[in-house]
Amino acid sequence: MTDLSRAGDRPVLRLRDASVAFGHRTLWSGLDLDVAAGEFITVLGANGSGKSTLLKAVLGLRALSAGSIEVLGRPARRGNRSIGYVPQQRLIPAGTPMRGRDLVSLGVDGHRPGLRLRGRRAIAARVDAAIEAVEASRFAARPVGQLSGGEQQRLRVAQALVADPGLLLCDELLISLDLHHQRAVSGLVDRRRRTAGTPVLFVTHDVNPVLAMTDRVLYFAAGQHRLGVPEEVLRSDVLSELYGTRVDVARIGERLVVLGAPDHHQPHHPDRVEVHP
Amino acid sequence: MNDDWWSRVFNFQDYGQLLGLVQNSLIAAAVLGIVGGVIGVFVMQRDMAFAVHGVSEMSFAGAAGALLFGVGVVSGALVGAVVAALAIGLLGARARDRNSAIGVLMPFGLGLGILFLALFDGRASSKFGLLTGQIISVDGPDLGRLIAICLVALVVLVAIWRPLMFDSLDPDVAEARGVPGRALSLLFMLALGLVVSVAVQIVGALLVLALLVTPAAAALRVSASPVLAPLLSAAFGVAAAVGGILLALGGSLPISPYITTISFLTYLACRVIGSGRDRSARLAV
Repeated sequence: MTDLSRAGDRPVLRLRDASVAFGHRTLWSGLDLDVAAGEFITVLGANGSGKSTLLKAVLGLRALSAGSIEVLGRPARRGNRSIGYVPQQRLIPAGTPMRGRDLVSLGVDGHRPGLRLRGRRAIAARVDAAIEAVEASRFAARPVGQLSGGEQQRLRVAQALVADPGLLLCDELLISLDLHHQRAVSGLVDRRRRTAGTPVLFVTHDVNPVLAMTDRVLYFAAGQHRLGVPEEVLRSDVLSELYGTRVDVARIGERLVVLGAPDHHQPHHPDRVEVHP
Repeated sequence: MNDDWWSRVFNFQDYGQLLGLVQNSLIAAAVLGIVGGVIGVFVMQRDMAFAVHGVSEMSFAGAAGALLFGVGVVSGALVGAVVAALAIGLLGARARDRNSAIGVLMPFGLGLGILFLALFDGRASSKFGLLTGQIISVDGPDLGRLIAICLVALVVLVAIWRPLMFDSLDPDVAEARGVPGRALSLLFMLALGLVVSVAVQIVGALLVLALLVTPAAAALRVSASPVLAPLLSAAFGVAAAVGGILLALGGSLPISPYITTISFLTYLACRVIGSGRDRSARLAV
């Protein structure tokens, strides 16, 4: 009861006039963002425009140079376990002493030192439920190092969800997955926010696989940003203004294609340094 | 001629009496086998085999220095190994930085150790023992110290096991969930220094990897269970260390070739079993 009413009037995530700078270079600034329960925000922009840095700032791993971030009513801090996080994929090497379900269970108590003496059964039940929710039961007992990229990603989503997070952050979740797995994995995230109301910040370089589920787009370019529903932001005039050069947004079938967006060189910032957050 | 050669490798006359003499060494080897096997799992996960080698050369320098200045080999090996391990832990967070730091440290340690040994004019067997292992080196009080060092390392490892595994697997998520990666990494390096300092005194600095890497590499070929893999690795470590001493007892050779051979054969066997299993898994899919 109280949870619902609280979720109703207070945003899960709130940024006010937030800025991030690396040395002299401002990555982005003046960002105001309120994310409500159940919202799906897709974060777009060129490489090095600060998409991943936004997630790190929300996680409390990167300090803002100005402004504030509140997660569930509290200032962002490191080790906030009410946030689920799936970072850019790194393939888990063969020979890792872990099976699928062990990977998921790290989401419950991976941060806790010592032996797992009590509550094993409760942990196992939660892990089972999370594995079932991402439809990974078939391969959850196999060594993670032998699973395909898509299977590993499902398990990492389960690891992020098993702790029942109030906010979900995904960084290039779909990269290197085939179309079938892209649909399946993004569907898992979409289902979570519909059934549990967990809002999602979804960083991606390609909006198309998640266009249908996107409520709002946050687009970073050239040290600036635009925030709004996809039809408001993903337009030739808006992105041209944002980039400061001519950019075309074309619709080909059901796909949106952004043409002419400078990726590595930006006329605004001739002294720009490549940053890989 | 041939018989003579063979009796140097295997010779089981007066075996019972000899066994009594090396009882302490056997106990030390068993404890080292367990801890070495367990820490080896993380050495593999964290890609630290080269670091193990670097730490053992510095431990050798410490032990040789201790021989020269007459301050106890156990503490010399310990100081050398722990200082090197922590230095590597502090210097290089990234594998590239780390490897160059180790590459610089390693020959320096080895050279320093050889200098100390050259200046030292004690028994020749202690000289080579530190590099290639020695059989009856462990006396009563030393045995207690070596076991205590191993136990401390084991307790540290068990305590940080899960968060360290999390950090080794996915440092970004682990950090986001509040795992103190840097502190864990230093604790791990401390445990590594402790184990290496003991291993140097039993198998010798050049062959530490046979007990700190090979058993874990073998175990990870046949098991992906987070519980079974370290247990298997510990069992392989004990088999190599204790089995090596038992075989070496007969001949007049150092123990290291026996230990490294058992270790290597275990690894080969596990590779064969593991690849056979992979093949049947592929066929099943």
